[in-house]
Amino acid sequence: MRFSFTSEQEEFRTMLRRLLDARSPATEVRRLMATDSGWERAGWQKLNRELGLTAIHVPEAYGGQGFGFSELGIVLEEMGRSLLCAPFFSTAALATNAILNAGTDDQKKALLPPIAAGDITATLAFSEDDGRNDAAGVTMVATPSGSGHRLTGVKSFVLDGHTADLIVVLARSPGSSGESGLSFYTVAGNAQGLQRRRLKTMDETRKLARLQFDGVEAQLLGEAGAAAAPFARTMQQAAILLANELVGCAEKLRESSLDYAKMRMQFGRSIASFQATKHKAADMLVDVELAKSAAYYAAAALDDGDDDLPAIASLAKACAAEAGLQTAIHAVQLHGGIGFTWDNDTHLWFKRAKSSEVLLGDANYHRELMMQRWAN
Amino acid sequence: MDESLANTVRAEARAWLEANWNPELGLVEWRNKLADSGWGVPHWPKQWYGRDLPVALVPVVEEEFARLGAVGVAKAGIRTLAAATILAHGTDFHKEKYLRRILTGEDTWCQLFSEPGSGSDLAGAVTRADFKGNKWVINGQKVWTTSAHRAQWGLLLARANWDVAKHKGLAYFILDMKQPGVQVHPLRQMNGHASFNQVFFTDAIVEPEFLMAEVGDGWKVATTTLMHERRGADGLRSWATATNLKGRIYDEERAEVATTMEPYKWYPQRAGRVDLVLERARATGKINDPVVRQEIAKLLIMSKAAEWTARRARAAQEQGRPQGPEGSLGKLVASHVARAAARIHTHISGADALLSGEDGPMNGVIPEILVSVPAVSIAGGTDEIQRNIIAERVLRMPKEPSVDTDKPFRDVPRNIVST
Repeated sequence: MRFSFTSEQEEFRTMLRRLLDARSPATEVRRLMATDSGWERAGWQKLNRELGLTAIHVPEAYGGQGFGFSELGIVLEEMGRSLLCAPFFSTAALATNAILNAGTDDQKKALLPPIAAGDITATLAFSEDDGRNDAAGVTMVATPSGSGHRLTGVKSFVLDGHTADLIVVLARSPGSSGESGLSFYTVAGNAQGLQRRRLKTMDETRKLARLQFDGVEAQLLGEAGAAAAPFARTMQQAAILLANELVGCAEKLRESSLDYAKMRMQFGRSIASFQATKHKAADMLVDVELAKSAAYYAAAALDDGDDDLPAIASLAKACAAEAGLQTAIHAVQLHGGIGFTWDNDTHLWFKRAKSSEVLLGDANYHRELMMQRWAN
Repeated sequence: MDESLANTVRAEARAWLEANWNPELGLVEWRNKLADSGWGVPHWPKQWYGRDLPVALVPVVEEEFARLGAVGVAKAGIRTLAAATILAHGTDFHKEKYLRRILTGEDTWCQLFSEPGSGSDLAGAVTRADFKGNKWVINGQKVWTTSAHRAQWGLLLARANWDVAKHKGLAYFILDMKQPGVQVHPLRQMNGHASFNQVFFTDAIVEPEFLMAEVGDGWKVATTTLMHERRGADGLRSWATATNLKGRIYDEERAEVATTMEPYKWYPQRAGRVDLVLERARATGKINDPVVRQEIAKLLIMSKAAEWTARRARAAQEQGRPQGPEGSLGKLVASHVARAAARIHTHISGADALLSGEDGPMNGVIPEILVSVPAVSIAGGTDEIQRNIIAERVLRMPKEPSVDTDKPFRDVPRNIVST
């Protein structure tokens, strides 16, 4: 269903929200974002095992629960709302999908069960120092070596790249260019010759790393030279999942600033009684609800196998990116001076909205992708 | 819904229609039969041309009409608002006099609410109703009155008492439009069409029995009319589609629809014509302009998201779930979409946007968009009022302190035009 959730899905959301409210209050977000890893293995494993989060959309044959992207979208929306500090997006929305899209059946059977069980974390390394999100921008080279390959070059902006146990890497064969000669490889997080450096990020709840590969041993994932299509598919799925995370983040910003406006007194009355405030609040509701509609529709379109998916994915990401940013700006404004302080929590969600706006390509980039599908 | 009742109703409606429907009847003749049988408005009271059936069963009866291609009662225009208001607040005298001729379509109605001095603030009406010599004497001006030039009857909101608070001094009348004290002038809009009228009252007369409810109840009665107007707004186009079937009654129905819909012929342009954007951008080559591409993409994203939001609202309604906030946003979002579409049509057209009529792009359709879109964010509740409604009813934000509701209306500051 593209326009409503089932009662089971609604119950799942309610339970998830309750648990995340309890486990990931703003104090906990602040504590974890100040750590080098950005998350804690014990706490995350406990939560993940209780709810089976990394197993949700993994087919049962690979140790998963066999649900769809609509359910995964709900998880991400609730995580965007709670700003849970955990390597979930990197593991479930990026690495797992890359393996599902590109891997052979044997590889999926080997790689996915420990991820689904929450025993290991994973990420996908595709961008390099120029931050491009397209396959053609990849320059990292994979050279054959014995039964495997060796990777040389740099990957950057890698989500949770400094802590991931398993890294899926997009690289190309020597001398290839464009979308040909691209393959996925898997690399152990502690592989020899791999130097991992955490980058200082604007959004401290989302850790990024720069990975330097000096002849790092890697295993081919899927078919050699044929990664362009599964990579594109993975990016579309990730864009849709990030759109769902963004609407959760935006909804939280909208609600907290509305609560604040109702409480704040100036000129002898609640500032929520001023039309200037009301009109802003109404506009925020419009932005968030439209973005929700697009994000939900896109997640359901993934489950339905919609032919127009590339355009729908970019539509959802562009819509959510703009809505998230606009809501965050309004939220700080509605809070006034206190909204600009470090002690007030608004900036945590503001920064997440901002980082999600840019991650996987900003709104301009996705609008152009969408038009490439629809213009002709 | 009670299945067995639905089946019984369906069988009864089918039997009656099969025995009585004849496309060679006159429109009024057929609708009189509908009024006598109760099948035209089965959810109305038995005593007044209905069958006392639950509203939920109306679609069952409508399906039987559609099966035979049978024409229904007159549903277009203000007459349905008049009927709903009369049923709720009218006396037996009113019901006897008006309801049948509303159903047959013989009488046309108009709504005399908006004034030059009170648009968003409808309860600030200053058209006067003075009781003199056993009659109500009406003086003042109304505006934005659809069909006033054709109407026999008007639903009039006027001020009968200036010494009480704004909402308490209003009275609601049924006014005979065909009298010397009523003058109707077309109101020309910025897009050149004249879809509405201005109505001037100079000692127009209303006999006492044409007052609805009591003096002072005018606002309450008007609220009933407005509630039905909002509820029916979505249906505007569904009733406007005439069939192409053959038969005397269909010819008469087509003529009725053409007359009723005439004022609305520019409404598709008013909504921005998003459907034309890609086609026009390709035709002009502007599709290759990266700035225009971005603007088009923004519009299409908003328009799709708006459509999906409306579908979410409808899905919730169909499943009987409480409607979320998504149900209250449509009017405001439609304004945003229309404005963005008009801006993009301008960018796409370039210098051609300077021209209109047959010299303009698409034989004047594009220029008509540019000068019609400003109506969307005003008509039927301005964007500003929509935002207030969303803020106060959906987001539960407190009302602004009122400066005009707790003092005699006589002392409330108002527009000079209204003196």
